[in-house]
Amino acid sequence: MKIIVSVKQVPARDSNLRVASGGKWLDDSDLSYEINEPDAFALEEALQLKDAQGGEVVVVCAGPERAGSTIREALAKGADRGIHLVLPEDAVLDALSTARLLRHAVKNEAPDLILTGLQSDDLGYGQTGVVLAELLGYAHATIIMQVEVLDGALRVKRELEDGWFQYVTLPMPAVLAIQSGIKKLRYATLMGIKRAKMKPVETILAASLGLELGRAAIERVYLPARSKQSQILTGAPEQVAAQLVEKLKFEARVL
Amino acid sequence: MATTIADTTTAGRAPAQGAGFLFRAAAPEEVFTPEDLSEEQRAIAKTADEFWQSEVAPKLEAIQHQAPGVATALLRRAAELGLTSVVIPEEYGGMGLDFTSAAVVTEALGRDGSFAAWLGAHSGIGTLPLLFFGTEDQKQRYLPKLASGEMIAAYCLSEAHAGSDALAARTTAVLTEDGRHYRLNGQKMWITNGGAADLYTVFAKVNEKLTAFLVERRFPGVKQGAEEKKMGIKGSSTCAIYLDNVLVPVENRLGEPGRGHVIAFNILNLGRLTLGPGTVGSAKAVLAASLGYAKERVAFGKPIAGFGLIQHKLAEMAARTFASESVSYRVEGMVTKAAGELDWRDPAAGSRVLKAAEEFAIECSFVKVFASEVLDYVVDEGVQIHGGYGYHQDYLVERAYRDSRINRIFEGTNEINRLLATGMLLKRAQKNQIPLLEAVKKLQAQLLDPLSTAGGGKPAEGALAEQAKKVALFLLGISYMQFGPAIEQQQEVLAAISDVMMYAFVLESCVARTAKLGVRGRNAAAYTTLFAHQAMNEVERVAAEAVAVCSEGDTRRTNLAVLRKLTRREVADVVTLRREAAKRLVEHGKYLV
Repeated sequence: MKIIVSVKQVPARDSNLRVASGGKWLDDSDLSYEINEPDAFALEEALQLKDAQGGEVVVVCAGPERAGSTIREALAKGADRGIHLVLPEDAVLDALSTARLLRHAVKNEAPDLILTGLQSDDLGYGQTGVVLAELLGYAHATIIMQVEVLDGALRVKRELEDGWFQYVTLPMPAVLAIQSGIKKLRYATLMGIKRAKMKPVETILAASLGLELGRAAIERVYLPARSKQSQILTGAPEQVAAQLVEKLKFEARVL
Repeated sequence: MATTIADTTTAGRAPAQGAGFLFRAAAPEEVFTPEDLSEEQRAIAKTADEFWQSEVAPKLEAIQHQAPGVATALLRRAAELGLTSVVIPEEYGGMGLDFTSAAVVTEALGRDGSFAAWLGAHSGIGTLPLLFFGTEDQKQRYLPKLASGEMIAAYCLSEAHAGSDALAARTTAVLTEDGRHYRLNGQKMWITNGGAADLYTVFAKVNEKLTAFLVERRFPGVKQGAEEKKMGIKGSSTCAIYLDNVLVPVENRLGEPGRGHVIAFNILNLGRLTLGPGTVGSAKAVLAASLGYAKERVAFGKPIAGFGLIQHKLAEMAARTFASESVSYRVEGMVTKAAGELDWRDPAAGSRVLKAAEEFAIECSFVKVFASEVLDYVVDEGVQIHGGYGYHQDYLVERAYRDSRINRIFEGTNEINRLLATGMLLKRAQKNQIPLLEAVKKLQAQLLDPLSTAGGGKPAEGALAEQAKKVALFLLGISYMQFGPAIEQQQEVLAAISDVMMYAFVLESCVARTAKLGVRGRNAAAYTTLFAHQAMNEVERVAAEAVAVCSEGDTRRTNLAVLRKLTRREVADVVTLRREAAKRLVEHGKYLV
């Protein structure tokens, strides 16, 4: 089974996130970067499928030079080879552009399965996997919690709202957008890290592909304005309780 | 006098020579820094950090109370990831990586004193003697089991009456009549991992000469004492090991008979170096806990992180951690570079590492002394920031405070290391390995000229580091003039000289790192200025005492005047620097360069 995992490198959650002076993106002066969390689970799912079924795991990443470390982290965990679509340092692409790049990288690979995280921690579009599937003409499903390989097909468990789940059977090849937290992530062992240096990574300059990229742009990045409104309810405890329930139901809409 | 002494005295000398810093200002690009770690080393640090967060941190309380099997299970789990066998060659089941990779693992897993002791005793002092001095047969028999954690290792040097003076050991080893065994008798004290180890490296005397042996726990006559009741690192196992007519096969003698001291002392050099990153890991953890507390705790209507005296502590904790980290990785880099590319198929590989560590033995002692004292400062202020809660066992800092204390005692006490540093310097000078005499004479000639405190366009702190080196040379000159070879009996003077050299070396490490960081360093420049302030105050204080004991009357007055000139400096606005550095730290929530 040949599985492609699409991963993204994003600003680390524990780094100092500040809006840059231009107000269009983050101040990168002391950002550190890490693998997008849902992508880490997509990689784990792929590695477990490979452990069970045999085959190959290819990791694909569109990102600047520094994203190479995320590819090597995936290789250290057990992916077999990598494809790096190299973007300029400051590129922030929309979902369609990223999907076009990814399609270029995978179209000659003829994979059985493409796994990706359901969304990215930085932009959070949640569209790239689905758009990629459409561009490739593959079946797709999102918010996947479990993958079962049948004879030439897949049976997947999707997370719906309110604790509901949906089981879907779909043909291969397919694109699955994986939910975070579905498996325990493996470590990159020290031997894996050492061996990763020997694994092949193909680098392709995104600019050399002649694709139309980056039609959408970010206008403004800002912190949510904080507003605090307090109301003090007065009266007998029963009345106050009744008022509170009323407000929680119809104003806060949390009941 | 715009040129420094070093510029003229060391032309043509190899730049990376032990104690060479005293005669030559280091260019930043020669100095290894944590920012120079490779992507692979960073990835290793990340794995170690993830392992810590998800598996060790949740078990700290169980480790602390010595819950049976918890620490050893974690060691074995660490072994599965390769974290206990970083430098063991692949053919013996290890990772075959370099010592700097081992250092980043030590830092990441050094955050808790107890777990650090388990790991260090096993994969450091427990395994390295075998790796460096073992025969092929010994390595085949034991290294793979140590790499996998199937066997846990311990190192048995200390005895009830032989601590810093290891050669006073009384444990004996006598060859049996058939020549097939050594019979070992004696008691070893303070054995880390003692209660759980399967393989002990035991030092015993053969014909009055120290010799090392590989002793398995299952050999008849090996007994463990009760767990010692310690002040700190309570989660580590420490006990006595009793050897009662233990028959050890001659194949298990490690190294040549009578050469045990070579093993013992060389391993100590590496142990001192490793103490650097280990204590840096602890210091960063305590700083993060203190920042978190200072941000949350409200007093007089605002978080205490907003108060100047708390900011003072936070900034100093970070600045000194920065200094400790800078010097630790600098020496790590010096030793790694001197050892060269390690090919373990080469039987001389082990001795190359040890030679490199021996070459930089003075610097290794500085790392040990400085890093342990920085951690003691950090935990002390960490408790203070926490107030009453810092005195409560529910808080990390309470444990860290107790755990830190042992670092000034083991791997050679800080007193012994101070004496060693100056002692080794004098020995090297006697052997003409370093141009000490020339440098002292040169300085004395220069002192007759009107002094300039400027250091030729270097940043102010760099010039101060050079001035501190001159203070060290000055003290060496006047103390030798006063006491001659009997200087060796003047412990206080030797320690003062050692301190002055140490502060100069550490300050130079900070300056070089800050220069390399450039605009990427948000707090580094402030840390370096803060540390220079502290370092020069210390230099002046200890040097004045040494001057006073080395001279009297008019000579003393003249010497003190020279000292004042050499340490003349402008005091920076350290209060504002600390406030600003602390604000950035609080915003960041953890140690920040």
